[in-house]
Amino acid sequence: MHVFADQTNLDAYVSGFLWILKLTGASTFFALVLGVLLAAFRVSPVPVLRGLGTAWVNIFRNTPLTLIIFFCYFGLFSTLGLSLSDDLNLNNYWLGVVGLSVYTAAFVCEAVRSGINTVPAGQAEAARAVGLTFFQTLRIVILPQAGRAVVAPLGSVLIALCKNATIVGTIGLIEASSVMKDLINSNGDAVIPIFLVFAGTFAALLIPTGYFFGWLANRLAVKR
Amino acid sequence: MRMKRVAAVAAAATLALGLAACGGDGESGGSGSKGLIGKAQNQKKLVIGVKADQPGLGLQTGSTYEGFDVEIAKIIAKGLGVEAGSIEWKTTVSANREPFIQQGTVDLVVATYTINDERKQKISFAGPYFIAGQDLLVNADSTLVGPEGLDGKTVCSVTGSTPAKRIQTEHPKAKLQQFDSYSKCLPLLENRKVDAVTTDDIILAGYAAQDQYAGKFKVVGKPFSSEPYGIGLKKDDKDGCEKVNEILKAAASDGSYKAAWDSTLGKSGKAAPELDTTKLTNCGSV
Repeated sequence: MHVFADQTNLDAYVSGFLWILKLTGASTFFALVLGVLLAAFRVSPVPVLRGLGTAWVNIFRNTPLTLIIFFCYFGLFSTLGLSLSDDLNLNNYWLGVVGLSVYTAAFVCEAVRSGINTVPAGQAEAARAVGLTFFQTLRIVILPQAGRAVVAPLGSVLIALCKNATIVGTIGLIEASSVMKDLINSNGDAVIPIFLVFAGTFAALLIPTGYFFGWLANRLAVKR
Repeated sequence: MRMKRVAAVAAAATLALGLAACGGDGESGGSGSKGLIGKAQNQKKLVIGVKADQPGLGLQTGSTYEGFDVEIAKIIAKGLGVEAGSIEWKTTVSANREPFIQQGTVDLVVATYTINDERKQKISFAGPYFIAGQDLLVNADSTLVGPEGLDGKTVCSVTGSTPAKRIQTEHPKAKLQQFDSYSKCLPLLENRKVDAVTTDDIILAGYAAQDQYAGKFKVVGKPFSSEPYGIGLKKDDKDGCEKVNEILKAAASDGSYKAAWDSTLGKSGKAAPELDTTKLTNCGSV
């Protein structure tokens, strides 16, 4: 463990995981908003919106995340000139958040849509019969029940997102996996301890997350 | 529930054993044979780490590698009695050279490998076979004339490399964009998202000379460091290290060093440098 006794290495380790948490936090927010919106598109009565939702899911769910992140940097930023911050690290960070969000939104959308399917069709028909509009039906009747049904699958999506955040390292943000590579580079004799510490930290963050979502899913489940 | 727990423990144990096995392989590779010379004599083959993305030095095209480093590696292998066809080439990047040597993944590394004290604590160096210097690659119309002008500018380099670390310590006001390879820096320089790419002059010259970038970039031409390129091998393999130095000495006098240069980097018109055999490392002896 001499590697982590060194203050510089320890700082790098902490800042690596802070970037992971920041990436996960912001991307979770945007992916949830975008994902629910896409799910609404996919069940909406407007064919154009349905098409848009389907296209989004098919494109981003079936493209490797590495390519999406790579495109965010070399396509959006480098070629098209979309700069999200003047600070180099923050720019890389936000480009990473864009990539992670559009990718994860596709999975959130499909999870929410499966939740919508758990709500009996009769409820939507009843809501229409009493005069609620499509969006009122969705907001007041369908989504509250659908959301509660998909807490557990959304937990899995969140866990995947947190691990996927390491891919942002490929565009130069020094997150946990980049720090690990750097430490291994300068401590070739301690590869396995370093690896175990990083893997262990991810597990320590995510195992409780998994249990929390399991507990939440039970608590919120709609009893039918 | 009990069954699940047993299964989880079994899975964890398998994983741990797998890891232990990996570690064991690396060790036995080094201690089983008697260093570099022993392996070359007994097995008649060598695993040599070279760069795969540096035109003129180590560039992979299909399954073959070409460049000055590759030619030097062939000369050394020949001197150890290993035919060029029996060399197994392995792609290394700046970040994995020491681990590869320490773990026995490769026998030798000839990959624009700067000799420095920090690395000497982990591995041994033979050579140097070439002296490069850190420089800047900029757009042809750039006004940047040296590292002094880097404050507030963005510089692109490779994570964990000597040039990247030098920028961080000596020019902390420069913004450093790091990637896992230099080839990713070039499109950024072309699109003016970074102001300069920094690494050794000889590597930059190789990139600038590539067809797709012809005339777009220039090397500033004010080297601000001295980078002696060495040949990395396992620490404490003194015999192997001395043997490699002998081979380099012989190559300098019989013309094969010059031939290696002329067939690769020499194509740019630059004359072959003189290999100063008095500057070869003493292989760790005091």
